[in-house]
Amino acid sequence: MERDKNFVLGIYDDEDVLLNAVTQIRQSGVKIHEVFSPYPVHGLEHNLGYRRSRLPIAAFLFGLLGTTLALTMQFYMMKFDWPMIIGGKDHASFPAFIPVTFELTVLLAAFGMVGVFMVSSNLKPWGQPRIFDIRSTDDKHVMAIDLVNNSHLERERIVEVLKASGATEVNNKSFE
Amino acid sequence: MQVTSSVREPLVTGGKTYKDVTSDVSRQVEGKPTVGWLLGMAVSLGALLLGSIALVATLWEGIGMWGLNKTVGWAWDITNFVWWVGIGHAGTLISAVLLLFRQKWRTSINRAAEAMTIFAVICAAMFPVIHMGRPWLGAYWALPLPNTFGSLWVNFNSPLLWDVFAISTYFSVSLVFWYIGLIPDFATIRDRATGIRKTIYGALSFGWDGAAKTWMRYEAVSLILAGLATPLVLSVHTIVSFDFATSVIPGWHTTIFPPYFVAGAIFSGFAMVLTLMIITRKVFKLEDYITIVHIELMNIVIIITGSIVGIAYITEFFIAWYSGVEAEQYAFVNRMFGPYWWAYWSMMTCNVISPQLFWFKKIRTSIVATFILSIVVNIGMWFERFVIIVTSLHRDFLPSSWVMFYPTLSDVGVYLFTFGLFFTCFLLFAKFFPVINMAEVKSVLKSSSEKVKR
Repeated sequence: MERDKNFVLGIYDDEDVLLNAVTQIRQSGVKIHEVFSPYPVHGLEHNLGYRRSRLPIAAFLFGLLGTTLALTMQFYMMKFDWPMIIGGKDHASFPAFIPVTFELTVLLAAFGMVGVFMVSSNLKPWGQPRIFDIRSTDDKHVMAIDLVNNSHLERERIVEVLKASGATEVNNKSFE
Repeated sequence: MQVTSSVREPLVTGGKTYKDVTSDVSRQVEGKPTVGWLLGMAVSLGALLLGSIALVATLWEGIGMWGLNKTVGWAWDITNFVWWVGIGHAGTLISAVLLLFRQKWRTSINRAAEAMTIFAVICAAMFPVIHMGRPWLGAYWALPLPNTFGSLWVNFNSPLLWDVFAISTYFSVSLVFWYIGLIPDFATIRDRATGIRKTIYGALSFGWDGAAKTWMRYEAVSLILAGLATPLVLSVHTIVSFDFATSVIPGWHTTIFPPYFVAGAIFSGFAMVLTLMIITRKVFKLEDYITIVHIELMNIVIIITGSIVGIAYITEFFIAWYSGVEAEQYAFVNRMFGPYWWAYWSMMTCNVISPQLFWFKKIRTSIVATFILSIVVNIGMWFERFVIIVTSLHRDFLPSSWVMFYPTLSDVGVYLFTFGLFFTCFLLFAKFFPVINMAEVKSVLKSSSEKVKR
C-alpha cells in the first residue's frame, strides 16, 4: 500500500457540522488529507490548521514591480530618449505620469497574483483533477483521510471517528 | 458560521437546497436552446451583420463616412465610446465594491453583470480603434512601441494615452476576475456532463477540485482583486472624463467632471444590468435567485447615482454663471436653449426626473416600471454624452464656423454593430456559461433558505 492512494471519505451535508468535525477529528489524532467543498466554507482553513495564504504578498511585490517599470519607462522615454516640450511643461512631468503608473501597478499586481495562484493551486486547462466524490462540486463536503498516512490507527477506528463527528456517509476510495 | 436575520428578506427564495442551486443554474447550460434564445440570437446577429456593412464602409473609405466636420470633430464615435464604457462600470462595481462592503446580495447578479461589463468594454473599445482610420497601424499610436522614427514615443502627458492604459487594464483585470469566479462553476458543470461537453468544461474548469486549500487561496485572490478593481473602476471613468476636462473647450473644462462621470457611469451601468437581468430571470426562470429585493436594491443605487448626476448638472450651471467667464456661460445657455435644446431636455427628463420615481416603493418594486425606467435611464445617459460633446463643439469660438452635426448612415450603422456585438456575446454567455455564480450563492444559502438550515 502506497501513500496517497487509499482513502476513507467522510461525507458531510452541513458546513457547521463539518467545521466542528474537522476540529474533533484532528483532536482525536487522525490526520486529514484534504476537505473538498462546493463553495468556500469560512473558517475551514483555520480549523484545518492551514497557514494564511501568502498570495497578498505576491500581489504587493508584483504591484511594486509594475510601479517601478511604469515610472522607469515613462521617465526614460519622455526625459532621456526623446525629450519633447509639450505645453511648455518639464520633460519629466511627474504628475502626468501617475495615471499610467497606477494602471500598470494594478495590471501587474492582478496578473502576477493570479499567475501565482494558478501555479500554486495547480490550475491549468489540461489539468486532470483527482475526484474523490463527484458530489463535492454539487452539494456535499467530502473529507478525505489518507490510510497510509494514518497507519498508526485501525481503519475501523477512523470510520468510527468520522461517524461520531456527524458524517452522513463513510466510503472508501482508491486511486490506481 | 452563518447568521440568520429575522429582519432581512432572504436572498434566495423558494426554499432552495444546494442541489437545487446546481440544477437550476446548470439547466440552461445543459438543455437545448429555447425558441426565445434563438429568436434573440437571430435579431442580434442581424444587427451585427447590418452594422458590419457600415463598419466595413468606414474602414474602406475612411472616417469621412461619418457626419463629422471641421467644427464638430468628435460626435457619435466618442459619445458611443463613453456610453458603452459607462455601462461597463456596473459589473466590477457590483463584484468588487459590494464584495468589500460585504453586500451578500451581489452573489446572484455579479456573474451576469461582470459579463455585461466585459462585452460593454469591448463595444466601447471599438470606437477609438475605428476612429484611428487605419487601425492596423494603431498600435504605433496607442502603445509605446519602438518605431522607425528612432523612437518617437507616445505622449505620456496626454489623457488620451492614459485612456488606452486605463481601458485595457480595466478590461483585462475584469476578465481575469470574472474568469476566476467561473472556474468552480465550470467544475460543477464538468462533473455533471458526459462526452465532449465534459472535455470542454473540464478544460474551462482548469482542473478545479474544490480543495479547502484552493478555496482559501481563491478567497484571498478574490479579496485582493476586489481591492485592486475598486480604485481601478473609479479611475477608468475619471480618466475618460480627463479627455474632456483637460481641454480648454468651454463646457468641458471643469473640475467636476471626474466624480460626475463616475456617478453617471454607475447610474447607466446599473440600469443596463436591470434591463438584462429582468429578461434573464424571466427567460431562465431564476426568479428565486434574482428576487424583487435585488431589483429594489439596484433601484436604490439608481436613485443615489441619478441624484448625484442631477446635482452635478445643476452645479455645472451654477459654476458657469459664478465663474464670470462669458464663453462658459454661453456654452451652458446654448445647451439649454440653443438648437440642441431637445437633446438637453431629453437628458434632463430621463436622468434627473425619471429616477426620482423610484422614491415610491410601488414603482421600485414593480418589474414592469423598473424595466421601462432602466431603458429610459440609458437613453438619457446617451443624450448626456451627446449634449456634453456636440453642444460644446458646434458653436466654435468663431461664429463663422458654427454648424450643426448630422449623423450619417455609417454613424448609425457602426453604433448598431456594437449593439449586435453586445447582445450576441451576452446571449452566447447566457447559454453556455452559468449565469449565476453557483458557488457564491451556495455560500449565502444557509442564511437565507429554510430547508438548508438545521
